[in-house]
Amino acid sequence: MRSHPVRRAGIETRWLALAVAALVLATPHGTAASDEFAAPRAAMVRLIEQLGWGSKKPVGHENIDPRVLAVMGKVPRHEFVPEDLRDAAYANRPLPIGYGQTISQPLIVAMMTDLLQLEPDHVVLEVGTGSGYHAAVVAGLARRVYTIEIVPALAEMSARRLRRMGYDNVEVRAGDGYYGWQSAAPFDRILVTAAAGHVPPPLIEQLRPGGRMVIPVGGAFLLQHLVLVEKDAAGSIRTRQLLPVSFVPLTRAK
Amino acid sequence: MSPPLPAIAVLSSGVLASEVLLTRVFAIIQVHHFAYMVISIALLGYGASGTFIALFRERLEARFPEAYAANATLFGLSMVAGFAIAERLPFNAAALVWDPWQLLYLSVLYALFTVPFFCAANCVGLAFVCFPDHTGRVYRYDLVGAGAGALGVVALLFMLFPSPALCAVAALGPLAAASAMLYRSGPRRLRPAAGLAVLALALAGGLPASLTELRLSEFKSLSQALLVPGTEIVAETSSPLGLVTVVRSPTIPFRYALGLSLANTQEPPEQLGVFVDGEGPSAINRFDGGLEPFGYLDGTTMALPYHLVGRPKVLVLGAGGGADVLLALYHGASRVDAVELDPNLIRLVADRFAAFAGGLYGRRDVRVHAAEARGFVAGTAARYDIIQIPLLDAFATAAAGTLSLSESTLYTVEALEIYLSHLAPDGMLAITRWLKLPPRDSLKLFATALAALERMGVDAPERRLALLRSWNTTTLLVKNGAFTEPDLASIRAFARSRSFDLVYVPGMSPREANRYNILSEPYFFEGAAALAGPERASFIERYKFDLRPATDDRPYFFDFFRWRALDELLELRAQGGAALLDWGYLLLFATLLQACVLSVALILLPLWIWRGAPAPGRDRRRVFAYFLAVGFAFFFVEVASIQRFMLFLSHPVYAVAVVLSAFLVFAGLGSGIAPRLARRLERRPAHDSPWPGRLPPVSALEVAVAAIAALAIVYLLALPPLFRWLMPLGDASKIAIAIVFIAPLAFWMGMPFPLALERVSKRLPALVPWAWGVNGCASVLSAVLATLLAMNIGFSAVVLLAVALYVLAAAILHAPFESAARPPS
Repeated sequence: MRSHPVRRAGIETRWLALAVAALVLATPHGTAASDEFAAPRAAMVRLIEQLGWGSKKPVGHENIDPRVLAVMGKVPRHEFVPEDLRDAAYANRPLPIGYGQTISQPLIVAMMTDLLQLEPDHVVLEVGTGSGYHAAVVAGLARRVYTIEIVPALAEMSARRLRRMGYDNVEVRAGDGYYGWQSAAPFDRILVTAAAGHVPPPLIEQLRPGGRMVIPVGGAFLLQHLVLVEKDAAGSIRTRQLLPVSFVPLTRAK
Repeated sequence: MSPPLPAIAVLSSGVLASEVLLTRVFAIIQVHHFAYMVISIALLGYGASGTFIALFRERLEARFPEAYAANATLFGLSMVAGFAIAERLPFNAAALVWDPWQLLYLSVLYALFTVPFFCAANCVGLAFVCFPDHTGRVYRYDLVGAGAGALGVVALLFMLFPSPALCAVAALGPLAAASAMLYRSGPRRLRPAAGLAVLALALAGGLPASLTELRLSEFKSLSQALLVPGTEIVAETSSPLGLVTVVRSPTIPFRYALGLSLANTQEPPEQLGVFVDGEGPSAINRFDGGLEPFGYLDGTTMALPYHLVGRPKVLVLGAGGGADVLLALYHGASRVDAVELDPNLIRLVADRFAAFAGGLYGRRDVRVHAAEARGFVAGTAARYDIIQIPLLDAFATAAAGTLSLSESTLYTVEALEIYLSHLAPDGMLAITRWLKLPPRDSLKLFATALAALERMGVDAPERRLALLRSWNTTTLLVKNGAFTEPDLASIRAFARSRSFDLVYVPGMSPREANRYNILSEPYFFEGAAALAGPERASFIERYKFDLRPATDDRPYFFDFFRWRALDELLELRAQGGAALLDWGYLLLFATLLQACVLSVALILLPLWIWRGAPAPGRDRRRVFAYFLAVGFAFFFVEVASIQRFMLFLSHPVYAVAVVLSAFLVFAGLGSGIAPRLARRLERRPAHDSPWPGRLPPVSALEVAVAAIAALAIVYLLALPPLFRWLMPLGDASKIAIAIVFIAPLAFWMGMPFPLALERVSKRLPALVPWAWGVNGCASVLSAVLATLLAMNIGFSAVVLLAVALYVLAAAILHAPFESAARPPS
């Protein structure tokens, strides 16, 4: 006997609901999956997946690490933007978050996280917490995140937000990022906005041999390029400059 | 009855001064190029005014003094109100790329500032309509008033901060209104006039400060710095050159050091942050006479020349807070000449914070000069071992590509020739720029240096160049002589120990490139190698950014935009590539497009709807074409002249003020004399023409156009060499010389407009308002178009185009109007 189509759909919906519930339970933060923004978030992740690093492979591979995509598919970005901008939270663009700061364009967050090549046992330092979104993404892939924000109000807001959302492996501190976070050093990975025109020497020091540091260079709304700093096992430093796009400045000779 | 001439002059001075002031305040609270766009569009209020007067002519004419006073008062009120509202709009220029709502705010900005310019234009337009026999005088007072405004606003900006200055200038509106009410005395007008005078006083000084104090965008570096706990503003000065803010941050110190090698471990000393127009910071360093704390400066690309020349005599162009002077002293410079444009900044370091800065600018081995960099070099006979041009623009401004439409005569081929000719034997010119990816500034500068050396007749110029990059700066070295083997060894050692990459040194192998700060392809090296080799032209042609060296005729070093890369770059925007696009050029183009559309909407459309005008279509078309041509031509010559004289006077603010003001005043004098000249030539019988029997009689217009054409072309050829020769003269004599040259040209240029307007007002009075409107729109369009054209074909070509337009205009009005064809006498 063939089951009634509606009943069959009902069963499937129940299964789906169960799967969603399982997902919710599996993630450390309850708000993640059961929200009205699931569809735009999925669309955002699909777009990032599709754009990736582009065919020129500036970092040697074309695709963003699927683990990064999976985490970005869970972190509720809309919780990190001001109330009135929630509808645009999953658009592929930076958004103002107050205090003259922005939450980065999702693709750039994905690229920077991809560049970090995070492992589950990694300890990460972030200088420039901002909204806390990037810390949340990193927290989904690493063991622990230490993040420093220079504007106290912003630090407080992000700390409260991350706590409320259950990110208990993120520690936020308001203050000077120049000296890093000595008590938690060394770090496997460091993410830093080089506001003073240079990378603070203490941060280089606190990077573990074999570690990676990623620096976005540019203004609040316009990213210029990314700098990847690698410290090899012997402690010597090498940097790479990466454009977030595939672009060859020379037209082919005719 | 005569028109209220003083009122016209006062109002015109207010209009010109407020244009300058709006540009200043917008540059502080937002970004400069948006100010330019908003004000250009708002000036279209002039065009709208022509249409408005044409439509309501009779009613306005009947009550001239009241209509004039109302508009003049509204000019002042709407200027201040517009500014207060604009400051509170959540407009953010940087988000325009992403957020369509910003376009709405931008339109509101346009609308806000169109109102005052519309009202002001109504006043002058009404005077033209109501006093057809005084066209020349009205125009004269209008121009002379504007000329006074151009000079006065510079003086005002030395005395007042920008927003109180704006209020003071807005007060000229009601003041002009009061004067208009009084121009025909009578008890009925006395009381309103007194009321308006009181209003003027209230506007100038009685507004609550909170209403008009500057509210910086939260994205400005200064706004962000002030969010850091413990920061405080310790000094603030204002001048036409900019608003300088000094900030102390004891809790979380400023540690400004750009392009520092990752190998450096030294922390910068205590610093005060210096912000100019809210952008920055640069630093004033704590200095106690000991130079060890400045060892970190040796870890920047700027330090390279000091590793090649011992005990150098140094010239720093753009000394600012003094970091580059300290770098020179750290390396044992025997003497440093530090040139800084803004005397306020010098005073801050030399006086106000002298103790903090360790008397840096008062040392025996340091001499500070308040001067424009290139002008200083051109005017000195001294020779230097090192001429250092550090980074003068903040990264954020450079990064957004918004400098592209500002002229810079610092980095042109001619400028580099001047610097190079002031190097001692084996001396070095060192120029540092931000690193941009893909390479732009650095390669253009490299190409510029090659061009300069070639023009100086140097053999094998590529043997004199070296280019180095850190992870965020590049430094170009040009030697007065070929690099020797020991030089090259020092450069290599310097780069290696700091993990800097060689971009170019003579005889470099590809293996040496791209080793420390690794790019996916060695773009810098390949670019420099191509430019130094035989395929330079084809490389520049194939590059997706404009790398053609800037010249004095086309002084747009920061313009890298090429149309053919636009599609690709727009597509890359979604992938985070928005920064690859140089928005400045696109914004300028957008301004022109918007201005065109609005001009059509404000002038052509109403005229088309209103085509039953009492004038034959052919006459209307001629009047339209004439005033369009003259409007374009006047501003083309003016903009190009400002550029030329700015090089000579070398100080940007004084040069613009002097040139603009001289242009307006002498054009005003010319316009005053124009009708008399016209009458004399008309009265003259045919056989008494200047060329008896051979040429037909000439009109005043034709004489004026011939004079303009002759002068413009002679100046084009003769002034550059003459100015080079006169460059070492003092400021006062140079200003006098500039005025002597501007006077005759401007005098004749003042004539075509009133001559034609008088003819129109006699034969086709209905067309006067829109002749005024068309001319207004043409002026706005031409100012924008002149820059766009200069970017592409250079200023000389713009002047030639202007001459052609003047000749065309004269041809258009050669025959009499059809509608006024009188029976033959």
